[in-house]
Amino acid sequence: MTKRMLIIFGLLVVASLILAACTGSTYKCDDPIGCVSYGPGEPVRIASALVISGPNADLGLDSQHGVEIAIEFQGDLFGHPIELQAEDDGCNAEGGQAAGQKIVSDPTIIAVVGTSCSGAGVPMSEVISEAGYVMVSPSNTAPSLTDPDQAWNPGYLRTAHNDKVQGKAMADFAYNVLGVRSAAAIHDGDPYTEGLARVFADSFEELGGTIVEFTAVNKGDTDMRPVLSAVAAAGPPEFLYYPVFTAEGGFLTKQAKEVSGLEDTILAAADGMISDAAIEAVGEAGEGMYFSGPDLSFSGELYDKFLAAYKENFGDPTSVFHAHAFDAANMIFSCIEEVGVQDGESLHIGRQALRDCLYATKDFQGITGTITCNEYGDCADPKISVSQLQNGEYVRIWP
Amino acid sequence: MLQRLKEIDMLDLFLWVFRTVILVVVVWGTIATIIENPYPTQTWMETIVAGIAQGSLYALIAIGYTLVYGVLFMINFAHGEFFMSGIMTATIFLAGPMSASGYLDRHPYLGLLWITLVTMVVSTAIAVLTERVAYRPLRYAPRLVPLITAIGASFFWQNYFRGLFGSEVKPFPQIAPFAGKITLGSIVVLKTHLVVIIAAILMLIGLYFFVMKTKTGKAIRAVAENKDVAALMGIDVDRAISSTFALGASMAGIAGVLYALVFRQIHFFMGFIPGIKAFTAAVLGGIGSIPGAALGGLFLGMFESVGPGLFLEGLGIPAPHQLKDVIAFTMLVLVLIFRPQGILGERLAEEKA
Repeated sequence: MTKRMLIIFGLLVVASLILAACTGSTYKCDDPIGCVSYGPGEPVRIASALVISGPNADLGLDSQHGVEIAIEFQGDLFGHPIELQAEDDGCNAEGGQAAGQKIVSDPTIIAVVGTSCSGAGVPMSEVISEAGYVMVSPSNTAPSLTDPDQAWNPGYLRTAHNDKVQGKAMADFAYNVLGVRSAAAIHDGDPYTEGLARVFADSFEELGGTIVEFTAVNKGDTDMRPVLSAVAAAGPPEFLYYPVFTAEGGFLTKQAKEVSGLEDTILAAADGMISDAAIEAVGEAGEGMYFSGPDLSFSGELYDKFLAAYKENFGDPTSVFHAHAFDAANMIFSCIEEVGVQDGESLHIGRQALRDCLYATKDFQGITGTITCNEYGDCADPKISVSQLQNGEYVRIWP
Repeated sequence: MLQRLKEIDMLDLFLWVFRTVILVVVVWGTIATIIENPYPTQTWMETIVAGIAQGSLYALIAIGYTLVYGVLFMINFAHGEFFMSGIMTATIFLAGPMSASGYLDRHPYLGLLWITLVTMVVSTAIAVLTERVAYRPLRYAPRLVPLITAIGASFFWQNYFRGLFGSEVKPFPQIAPFAGKITLGSIVVLKTHLVVIIAAILMLIGLYFFVMKTKTGKAIRAVAENKDVAALMGIDVDRAISSTFALGASMAGIAGVLYALVFRQIHFFMGFIPGIKAFTAAVLGGIGSIPGAALGGLFLGMFESVGPGLFLEGLGIPAPHQLKDVIAFTMLVLVLIFRPQGILGERLAEEKA
């Protein structure tokens, strides 16, 4: 009796499986790391992991708006709406780890735009890559992230420039254009600032200059006088480079003018401090200081259209990386259009296929320029320029 | 002998080793620095004055922690937000426009007075509101509950002010009479540092008289001693607690103005780290004790400022100033090991602990 029941039950199970297979899709996923399938009408889900809270929220929210506008412009993918899941990278390693874990626990997410900060990017790149996902960062610039000997992972790409280029350009400018021979560099322990300061210091020494002090402050510090006094006591240098963020940069700029020995030192910072908020933060003390950064004299019809949409929805941009975020999202959309497989009203996307397509991006026309990715995910078309703050405005002076 | 050795606890042993290691590092680093002598005397002087000024700010904020702890035995982690809220509002609505219109250049002292008043009022209002809404309903809840609520209140105010005024760093104008440096004998100090130190001393003296001599102060002290008995004696306990919060918050408001004078930069997140540091200062000095909070703040500011150069530079540690928080919190750990009640604190009676 029980045996017969078992047989009947077994037959029922087999029958139901066959039925299910008949009514279900005929698509067979042959992607080595899996596929994401969206049923009829289901939205294609992408995530963002940007710093949208805390002191650097300016940077991340700006990028998130870039992604949101990209979604608005794109409209749909194969008739599926696009949905954004916005996560916070916290601009630190813990935040990147947490956001990464949360994203990979959701199998309906196909790709990620993020992170804002290189510090968050290092752990997140590992988590995302291991789970078979792919991320495109709009503003990570630390050299280590695309260095296969350091923190590079196979699911990581970026539309931001690599700081190897920026640090070198700044050293070149300082040594050859300004003609200074001694310099100091201050970072805040973040991989972005430390990487940039390190590249600058190495390049400057290679050119024949002297680095009198290479030191650091903490994120969140307000009293920079002790560290500036130490810099003054070590030199004082002719040139001081501190590629940090707005808050710390504002304090460094104002207090550098008040520390004896540094009155005549030329001050310089990097793209972390190219924003309207930074101009306000440095105030009069920042008059005449130099900023290295990607050449962001964006123009063209696409950017005008983008900027109009941005201003209408979110007010004035608070950073420059919205453009990189917009390009990152569009790269993802264009690749989904290329590798997505339509099956009735369903959509299937192979994860490895998407990765391969992103890495193979070539001559993609974005706001930030012509995007071509190399084998380690560096996609930007970096043109570094140096600007000077004159009468409260960035004036491009080199090259 | 062996028996006695066995009686030594592993924990005690660990603590002894820990103390010895810290002491050796400090002494060795200091001697090495003195021999190496990397900085000229003027640099040391500037650093020390900067440390005292920073310490005075910590002291003013720490008062709020200590007062509330004395009365309610809770750590009010939203206190850093009281510090931020006042000066943030005053900067947006007063300092910015006054600087733009030139009023601040024409009447610097009057302008500063207005800023200070608005700051104090806003800080106090926020504190009293927080107490009324978030803490009073939980007065008789287990002690962990108001602590968690305080952390929640802190997040709430932070993001509330971000929503209100935006997340950008905002400049605070330079007020002309306080710009530049002044020579005192053989040392040159920033005028703002001097202002901070003098203002902090005056405020602390004022606070002491307020708590000791006025009726409200008396009520606060009575409630701190024993709430139930105070209520039986006809003291309005809720009112006394509200005034405690108001008092602490107005100190924090003043600290906000002084902070703005020195650093000239305002941000919605600016209360968080000074809040944590001031809490450390309050514990360092002995939480519940007002002179303790002042002393703790001063110590902490000094160690943070001078410590990296003095203890770590000589050891050849790269980028010593990045480790100043390590020094600050190591000090806290040391105090908790050597003197758990803090520098001026009394050992808490059983029913209070």
